[in-house]
Amino acid sequence: MADTPPLAAGATAQSTRRRMRSRDLKAMPGFKAAGWACIFALYLPLVVLVIFSFNDNRSVVKWTEFSLRWYEAAMENEGIRNAAWMSVKVALVATVFSTIAATMAALATTRTAAFRGQGLAYGIINQPLMIPEIVTAISTLSLFSLVKQLTGITGVGYLMAAHTAFCIPFAYMPIRARLEDMTLTLEQAGADLYATPWQTFRHITLPLLMPGILAGAMLAFVVSLDDVIITLMVAGPGETTLPIYILGALRRGITPEINAVSTILVGVSVLLVLVLFLVQGKMKK
Amino acid sequence: MTSDTAKAPEDGTTRRSMISARELTKTFGQGETAVTALDNVDIDIRENEFFTLLGPSGCGKTTLLRLIAGFELPTSGLIQLDGQDITALPPHVRPVNTVFQNYALFPHMTVSENIGFGLKMLGKSSGEIEARVKQMLSLVQLEAMANRRTDQLSGGQQQRVALARALAPAPKVLLLDEPLAALDLKLRKNMQIELKSLQAETGITFIFVTHDQEEALTMSDRIAVMRDGQILQIGTPKEIYDKPTHRFVADFIGDINILEAQVEGTEGDQTRVRLKDGTTMLARSTGADTQGHCAVALRPESIRVAQAGDTPALTGQLENLVYMGSAHNLHLRLGSGEELVVRHGGSTEGLDLSPGAQIGVVIAPGGARVLA
Repeated sequence: MADTPPLAAGATAQSTRRRMRSRDLKAMPGFKAAGWACIFALYLPLVVLVIFSFNDNRSVVKWTEFSLRWYEAAMENEGIRNAAWMSVKVALVATVFSTIAATMAALATTRTAAFRGQGLAYGIINQPLMIPEIVTAISTLSLFSLVKQLTGITGVGYLMAAHTAFCIPFAYMPIRARLEDMTLTLEQAGADLYATPWQTFRHITLPLLMPGILAGAMLAFVVSLDDVIITLMVAGPGETTLPIYILGALRRGITPEINAVSTILVGVSVLLVLVLFLVQGKMKK
Repeated sequence: MTSDTAKAPEDGTTRRSMISARELTKTFGQGETAVTALDNVDIDIRENEFFTLLGPSGCGKTTLLRLIAGFELPTSGLIQLDGQDITALPPHVRPVNTVFQNYALFPHMTVSENIGFGLKMLGKSSGEIEARVKQMLSLVQLEAMANRRTDQLSGGQQQRVALARALAPAPKVLLLDEPLAALDLKLRKNMQIELKSLQAETGITFIFVTHDQEEALTMSDRIAVMRDGQILQIGTPKEIYDKPTHRFVADFIGDINILEAQVEGTEGDQTRVRLKDGTTMLARSTGADTQGHCAVALRPESIRVAQAGDTPALTGQLENLVYMGSAHNLHLRLGSGEELVVRHGGSTEGLDLSPGAQIGVVIAPGGARVLA
């Protein structure tokens, strides 16, 4: 840029251009159509699923009458109830431990003096997101088989451990983002006012970090709740989670009962996200 | 402008030292990218003193403050607080509190909780905390805001909360890091006066960091002028203003004319200098006098326009006439090409102030000073 205009003029021109561009985007031909196409692609299947969960008929393609009978059937199905309970148990344990681990990892990568290999540490923590899940599943299975053989210990703990492990990067991301947004000054102010490092964490860092931790926990919970591949590999006999149950039921043919269970699952995750938004909104105020 | 009436003019040197730093050096980074923020600084800040660290950004004033607070550790050197070596102590055990530039109020606590935080961390009883918080709230006139969230306060109120929070644990030293920078001019002026009287009231040593020379002159008992990690001069506002020992100090504090000159000889406590345009004059020696090349510093208010009958010390061509309200600033171009600003109070009647007019000026006795 040899002929750079004077600073003020340059800045004004740039901001005008930016404003014009943001106005332009929505006015572009086809913007609305593309937007709606995306929304339909994302949500039309869900709409179909939800509608037919209320169908009185056994068919999932022909509508007859509104009814809650499939919800009743789902509630009364012991298999579904057990699977749901198993899912929640595993997800809760995985959420608690992965969020704790992710919080510690986020603190260690943002609240310490820059260290050699910091970039590498970020990479290692996030790498599980990059590895194909089937690979993680098979390697976890191999490791657990080895451990089982050596120790003779069995049980649902393996499934919980596997879920905890793959939930960590999901919980880590929002927590680290929040920490990076928080200036160090508040923690320094705490230390300046006689708070020991632990007190500073307890009274300053932790409360301010809470929205990030909640977001991370929520993400971990949802990710654990709908995991299929790793669970399929690792779960022992009787450790059927809801997605695995649904998968098994589908093999026997799709029924409105499955629709009803899926709708409940959708409802739960929407509710979680909603609660998260409300809590965060309140904290920001 | 100075504030030598605010306190009894006791002899400051008899007061004991509250903060002493010896050969304090702080380097950031390593190898070729290393930056020396503080270069071998020695300083003594006394008990019950309003002390200002003044200098342009990057001069090391904030680094010195952070070293005293304990947020940074010095590369070498020693810091003592009230006779105790605190060089390596973490911030939470130093009886020193800070008012941060952007206040750093805890957003998840009320005004009262903010103010009581330090006492709570010190393990005081809740009754004691409550009483002290009440006292602090009334000190900064925020009684009505006790249960507000801090983001519901105006900038000036937040400033007061930050002040009350830092004062509540009764620290030995209060550190203030450009706390007024974010306030508008009028509020800033009020807070300057409030801060000054608060210091007198509490008797706590204040160390105030600013780049605003006027603020420093208004509030301080003593000022240290810093540049490039070094302290150039320490003195009362009057000493710094009237008797700068360094060209940078003279230039940084207030308006001043600095003319290049050669030393011709000494006459008593005065030095005879020859300016670039050939005129010679007597200027007060500052102890920093050198042989040969030097500078002569002239405050605009210590020069006046020569009246009929005066022998002008200098003559220049009028280039600009700036109306200042209570006075006019005359910008003269001297024979040497240097500019000389003269402050002319009162009437301009009878003066030829047309552009290009030749104007002679008289220098008040002792008004010229020699700087290295």
